Amino acid sequence: MTDSDPQITLYRLQACPFCERVVRVLDDLDVAYDSRFVEPMHSERNVVKRVSGKRSVPAIVDGNTGVTMSESANIVAYLERTYGDGGAA
Amino acid sequence: MELGFEVIDLPTSDHPEPGDTAPDFTRPLVGPEYWADASLSDVVGGPTLLAFHPMDGAFPATYMWNAIDDHGFAEDVQLVGVSASSPYEHKDLLEERAEGARLFSDPDAGVAEAYDVENHLDGMEGVTEHRPAVFLLDADRTVQYAWVADEWPAFPDYEEVAAAIDEHA
Repeated sequence: MTDSDPQITLYRLQACPFCERVVRVLDDLDVAYDSRFVEPMHSERNVVKRVSGKRSVPAIVDGNTGVTMSESANIVAYLERTYGDGGAA
Repeated sequence: MELGFEVIDLPTSDHPEPGDTAPDFTRPLVGPEYWADASLSDVVGGPTLLAFHPMDGAFPATYMWNAIDDHGFAEDVQLVGVSASSPYEHKDLLEERAEGARLFSDPDAGVAEAYDVENHLDGMEGVTEHRPAVFLLDADRTVQYAWVADEWPAFPDYEEVAAAIDEHA
C-alpha cells in the first residue's frame, strides 16, 4: 500500500529468519513488495492457507506472474529466476 | 460524568475541525487476519469514523468500542481506530469487540501529535497515548464532525456522533 502498489505480497511473521531471507533477496533484486504480517500461531493463519494452501510463512503472491509460493528456498529460487539478471520479468 | 468532584482537565487541543482535511499518516493497520502498512488516505474511500482511544486493555478503550458496536456505526461508516498498542494487542481487541473495524498501531504517538490528541500519562513515565477522540471524515478526508476529550477521562457523545453520521454519511 506504499511504493506505488507493488505487485508482490509477502506474508511474513515478525523475526522469522526464513521470511527475512526472502526480504533480503527481494531487496537485493530491487523488487517492490507489500508485507502482510500474520500471527505466530499456525492456527490463526487462515489467510495464508487461503492464498497458498498452507499455513506456513513466508509465502508470496506475485501479481506479475500469477504465482503463489511457500517455502523460502523455493521462493528465493523463483525470485532469482524471475527477477535476477536475465530473468523473465 | 457525574462524580461529585472535578476530573482532570486536559490542555486545550488544536485538533482538526470540521472543514479541515484530516492529516494523512502511514502506520501498520491491523485487520482480523493480518497487518500491513497503510495510509489513512488509502483507507478512506467513503465516510469514515476515525476513533482515537487509550491503549488497548484500558477501560476507556473497552467502553468506546463497546459503545460503537452497540450503536451499530459499522453499518453506516467505515470504522478505523488508532491507539498506542502493538498489532498483537489490536488483534486481541478485534477478537473481542470493534466488529468490522481496523486499527492503526501508533506506539510513538506520532499520529496523536499530528492531530493534537496526545495524552502524556501520569505515573507511566515515557508513555504517551491518545486522548479519546472521534472524527467523522468524508471520502476526501474532510472533517465533518470532531470531538476530542477535554477531560481525563471523557467519552464521546454517541448520540451526537450518530446524528453526524445520519447527516453526513
